[in-house]
Amino acid sequence: MNASGAHTGTGSWLIQRATAGVLALVLPGLLVYFLIALPVDFAGWRVLFAPLWLRVSMLLAGLALALHAWIGMRDIFMDYVRPVGLRLALYLAVIGTLAATLVWLAAVLWGVA
Amino acid sequence: MKFRLYRFHPESGEKPFMQDIELDIEPAGKMLLDALLAIKAQDETLSLRRSCREGVCGSDAVNVNGKNRLACITPLSELKQPIEVRPLPGLPVIRDLIVDMEPFYKQYRSIKPYLINDAPEPEVERLQSPADRALLDGAYECILCGCCTTACPSFWWNPDTFVGPAGLLQAYRFIADSRDEATAERLDNLEDPYRLYRCRGIMNCVDACPKGLNPTEAIGRIKSLLVKRRV
Repeated sequence: MNASGAHTGTGSWLIQRATAGVLALVLPGLLVYFLIALPVDFAGWRVLFAPLWLRVSMLLAGLALALHAWIGMRDIFMDYVRPVGLRLALYLAVIGTLAATLVWLAAVLWGVA
Repeated sequence: MKFRLYRFHPESGEKPFMQDIELDIEPAGKMLLDALLAIKAQDETLSLRRSCREGVCGSDAVNVNGKNRLACITPLSELKQPIEVRPLPGLPVIRDLIVDMEPFYKQYRSIKPYLINDAPEPEVERLQSPADRALLDGAYECILCGCCTTACPSFWWNPDTFVGPAGLLQAYRFIADSRDEATAERLDNLEDPYRLYRCRGIMNCVDACPKGLNPTEAIGRIKSLLVKRRV
C-alpha cells in the first residue's frame, strides 16, 4: 500500500519544531522566575501566580507542551503500534489525557485567584 | 588474523550462525575484501557480492564490527580482532553476506530517480550555470550501496513506508536539479507522515556513508522547501 498523499507531514513537523522553540524559551524563563523568589507558604505561591501574564504564559506553555507531546506520541505509535484499532484507541487516550491536563492546569492557575 | 563471519545457507535448514575463522594474511596495505576473498578461496561456500573492488560499485557493503562499510575500502589494519562481518542489517538475508536489496530499491524507484523534463530537447546539452551545478555536489556521488539506509532505525521500523536516507538524498538530487521540471510533484510525493518525516535526525546515515555524504542535510533541505512552499 502506498500511503503517500496525506499531505499532513509538514504541518505536524512544523508544529513540533515551533512548540519545541517555545518550550526552550519559556521553561528556563519560568524556572528562573520561580527560583529567584521560591515561596515557602501558600500566600507566597498566590503572590507568585498573581500576575495575569504569568498565568497566560504558563497556559500557553502547557498548550505547546501538549501539542509537542501529542505529535511525539503519535510518531511513536505510528512506529510501534500496527493494529489500527489499538492505535486509534491509544491516540484518543493521549488526546484525552493531554486535553484534561490542560483544562486542569487552567483550573489550577485561575482557581487560586 | 581472526574473523567471525555470519553464515546462513537456507537450503541446509540450519539457523544462521557465526563462524570463527583464522586466516594467515598480512594486513598492511590490504582491505577487508582481500581477506574475505582469501577466505572464500579456502571455503568456496562463502557467498558475498563484490565487483569493482575500489569503492565505486557499492556492491560489497557489509556490517563490520557493528558498522556498515564497503569491504573493499576498509583497511584490515584499522579493524579490531576478531573482525566480525555480518550482512547489512534491516534487509532479508539471502545467503551469508548477501541481502535482498529489493526493499531498498523499491524506495529508490519511488522517488523517480531520473530527470523529468518535457520541454523539447535542445540542440546541445541542457546547460546549467556553475552555481546550479554546484547544488548537486554532495548528492550525485551516491553509489547506492545501502550502508546509510540499512543503518537507519526509522528504515528498520518502516521499510515499506519510509524512503530512507539514500532515497531521500537522491530525491533531493533531482529536486535541486535546475534542469528538472517536476519539483512540485517530487515534493508532493514526499509530503506525508511517513515517506520523509519518519526521519528523526538520528544521523546514523552520515556516520555510515562510505562516500562521506550527508543525507540528513539533504533531508533538512527538502523540509525547508516544503515549509517554504506552505508558509
